[in-house]
Amino acid sequence: MSYELIGITVLWTFLYGYLIVASIDFGAGFFAFYARIKKKDHLINDLISRYLSPVWEVTNVFFVFFFVGIVGFFPATAYYYGTALLVPGSVAIILIAIRGSFYAFNNYGSRENTFYLFLYGATGLLIPASLSTALTISEGGFLDEVDGNVVFLAKELFTSPYSWSVVFLSIVSVLFISATFLTYYADRADDQQARKTLRQFALFWSMPTIVASLLVFMSLQMHNPQHYDKAVTDYWWMFGLSLVCFGFASWFIYIEKRYGTAFIMVMLQFFFAFFGYGASHLPYILYPYITLHENVTNETMAFALVVVFILGLLLLIPSLFLLMRLFLFDADYVKGKKK
Amino acid sequence: MELDGVMLSRLLTTMTLMFHIIFATVGVGIPIMIAIAEFIGIKRNDPYYLLLARRWARGYTITVAVGVVTGTAIGLQLSLLWPSFMEVAGQVIALPLFMETFAFFFEAIFLGIYLYTWDRFKGKWTHWLLTIPVMIGSSASALFITTVNAFMNTPQGFELKNGEMINIDPIAAMLNPATPSKVFHVVTTSYMTSAAILAAIAAFAILKGRGGEYEKKALRLTVACTFIFSILTAVAGDVSAKFLAEEQPEKLAAAEWHFETETEADLIFFGTINEETGEVENEIRVPKLLSFLAGNSFQTEVIGLNETPEDERPPLWIHYMFDTMVSIGMFVMAVTMLFVLIDRVKKWNAFNKPLLLAILASGPLSMVAIEAGWILAEVGRQPWILRGYMKVAEAATTSNSVGLTFAMFAVLYLVLGVMAVIVLIRMFKNSPAEAELEKRFPNRG
Ligand code: HDD
Ligand code: HEM
Ligand code: HEM
Repeated sequence: MSYELIGITVLWTFLYGYLIVASIDFGAGFFAFYARIKKKDHLINDLISRYLSPVWEVTNVFFVFFFVGIVGFFPATAYYYGTALLVPGSVAIILIAIRGSFYAFNNYGSRENTFYLFLYGATGLLIPASLSTALTISEGGFLDEVDGNVVFLAKELFTSPYSWSVVFLSIVSVLFISATFLTYYADRADDQQARKTLRQFALFWSMPTIVASLLVFMSLQMHNPQHYDKAVTDYWWMFGLSLVCFGFASWFIYIEKRYGTAFIMVMLQFFFAFFGYGASHLPYILYPYITLHENVTNETMAFALVVVFILGLLLLIPSLFLLMRLFLFDADYVKGKKK
Repeated sequence: MELDGVMLSRLLTTMTLMFHIIFATVGVGIPIMIAIAEFIGIKRNDPYYLLLARRWARGYTITVAVGVVTGTAIGLQLSLLWPSFMEVAGQVIALPLFMETFAFFFEAIFLGIYLYTWDRFKGKWTHWLLTIPVMIGSSASALFITTVNAFMNTPQGFELKNGEMINIDPIAAMLNPATPSKVFHVVTTSYMTSAAILAAIAAFAILKGRGGEYEKKALRLTVACTFIFSILTAVAGDVSAKFLAEEQPEKLAAAEWHFETETEADLIFFGTINEETGEVENEIRVPKLLSFLAGNSFQTEVIGLNETPEDERPPLWIHYMFDTMVSIGMFVMAVTMLFVLIDRVKKWNAFNKPLLLAILASGPLSMVAIEAGWILAEVGRQPWILRGYMKVAEAATTSNSVGLTFAMFAVLYLVLGVMAVIVLIRMFKNSPAEAELEKRFPNRG
């Protein structure tokens, strides 16, 4: 395996990790807000806060890891995306900043403030929408190079069916992933009422996820036929597996059994879809300007990054494991018996 | 001054960094203080110190949150505002940035565990042990990011041939000549400033009439720590000056208004300068001290600014930044030393009003020194972004929406800053130390 392939695999895996943990977080914010205005917050908000409090910072680091890593392995991405995305990128940063800080303000400061919770819930849906545009742009057609300057074709983006279908998909996926995880967490906590509410959310958001995925496929065929062809001829089986996993997940939730397996199935559903999408996207990182092999950083740096990555993992995996043991798999903590 | 894309990019970068550095500094230093307090608390079985650690940790969650989100902002902004710089420099210096994310991971994970496991473990020391990875993580972040900044000042580890980077050596780039002095100074000043801010809070409480055992113990501990860290800071500052004399003489010369290369060079304190003639007035002049500062001997030859081509000289106003930083360093050291000495003498009262006021001032002043120090270091590098290789003007984004972005971030930082202060004040007002002590340790001796 070449360094660039290792590099992109690592980064894609971390982006996948971010997709899962951040979705749980983003969706939880929305549910918490929704429960507050429906006066049901006593049912689920404690549970949500018990899970989120210790981990929200870690979630954020997944994201930092991804963008630092991609600029490290493929410095040209900084140039193209950086020049083009100043305004949308800044909007995304500001949303993330508001979300993170207001979470802390709310959670550690004054607990009962509905306005903080509103900001927290709303940004939870806006951030995935704005971040997903970076993936949309990577399909090409939204950047242009004029006299050596990169320009962003905002009008194209806002009128593209493909771009809107991706935004739609990102929002419903967030809610679906989050609801299935929280159902599982509520089940572990033996919290019947929370589980009931959250299970309804999960079922409610399952169908839109599939509809949105189909829409993305259809609009991709119009927008970037080359990518679409590669996806359906070489990697159709990945998307097939994804659909199968989705079926299992929904079934388990429907029959109210095995919520843990259901969540793993959801993770696999997104795993296959995400890697199928990523694999068929290659060799382009940003179509047609940046490719895997031409725009990778120099060999010494790539090697050094891979070495640091391996060493970093040795540090990270046991720590993450400890974190999960203390807060996710410790039944007493989950039930709220331990502080 | 023309407000073009380059200027606006510089202003936006400056604003973000100046805001981030407040929280980053506290983020590096406070874990040390928490660890010390919890250590003493367990060792002496003293609930006061345990409560100190708890309350500091609670406030820390707020500053960390703002540090994390503003840090994320810088990380992205560097690519958004300086795309050409990141594309070129990234070839050589991406490694420590990548390492830094692991340090963040490490710190974030253990901080999460630390904050939510106060009463979770059986052994007394288990919870304290969690402070070690937090301290390592936060100080390592400072180390790695500072190597990047050091690299911008004294780039090495590559060769430039026809605009191409060749013979790249990421380790040599990290271990560039500026790294040791910079890391040493940045880390010690973070510790010093954090301790000074905590001391200022304790002094404020006592001045407000809440002079119980808890506040007194807090003040004694934090002032002693500030004193020790301020000595280390001065040593590190001296090392930094010697490094500048050796490797980046134009920065030192501009900071010291030193034009002619000479031995027995004088140190100039404050004063005014006529930029046309180079005439210095109203200054305090300490004979030969600059030579001593630059090389531990009055005979050291200090290179003057006249050796640098005119269009590569940093602005002369950084002199005031240097003086501000050094004066504050001396002030804080003197105040904390005085407190420690007076407190040792039984007959004297260290908790007198003038001294408490001076300690109260030391906290915010230290933060001012941090800002002044960074402005000195960064503006003193002008006009280069990568000294000797790339000028700032060549690196900036070509986008023409920087002005709009600047406005958006200005509002964001204003809101974050105000909110953080309000939340912190409310957090501690709603739960006074005495009440919490009663609640948590009802049967203390
Ligand atoms: C509490 C804050 C504080 C205090 C009291 C001091 N400094 Fe400082 N100084 C910093 C905070 C700082 C800093 C913010 O940490 C800087 C900015 C960049 C850096 O490397 O450290 C810095 C930079 C900096 C530089 C430039 C280094 C470079 O660009 O490579 C020099 C020469 C000094 N300092 C020297 C001193 C001296 C002689 C001091 C006397 C006591 C002193 N500093 C006190
Ligand atoms: C440690 C890593 C750092 C990096 C990679 C970095 C990077 C940069 C960059 C890219 C610029 C814009 C180019 C320029 O104007 O020179 C800049 C300028 C500046 N930075 Fe830093 N910086 C770092 C640390 C800091 C910190 C912590 C501060 C804190 C206050 C700071 C203060 C400034 C200031 C005041 C300027 C403006 C200089 C001017 O434009 O006149 N820097 N820095
Ligand atoms: C010497 C100056 C700086 C110091 C001491 C410093 C230190 C810190 C600290 C302590 C945090 C909080 C980390 C955490 O608790 O997880 C932080 C956050 C962050 N800093 Fe800075 N920083 C400095 C300058 C910079 C610069 C110039 C950059 C940009 C390259 C940067 C990038 C970041 C990022 C991306 C985060 C967020 C990490 C996360 O999400 O956890 N920092 N920084």
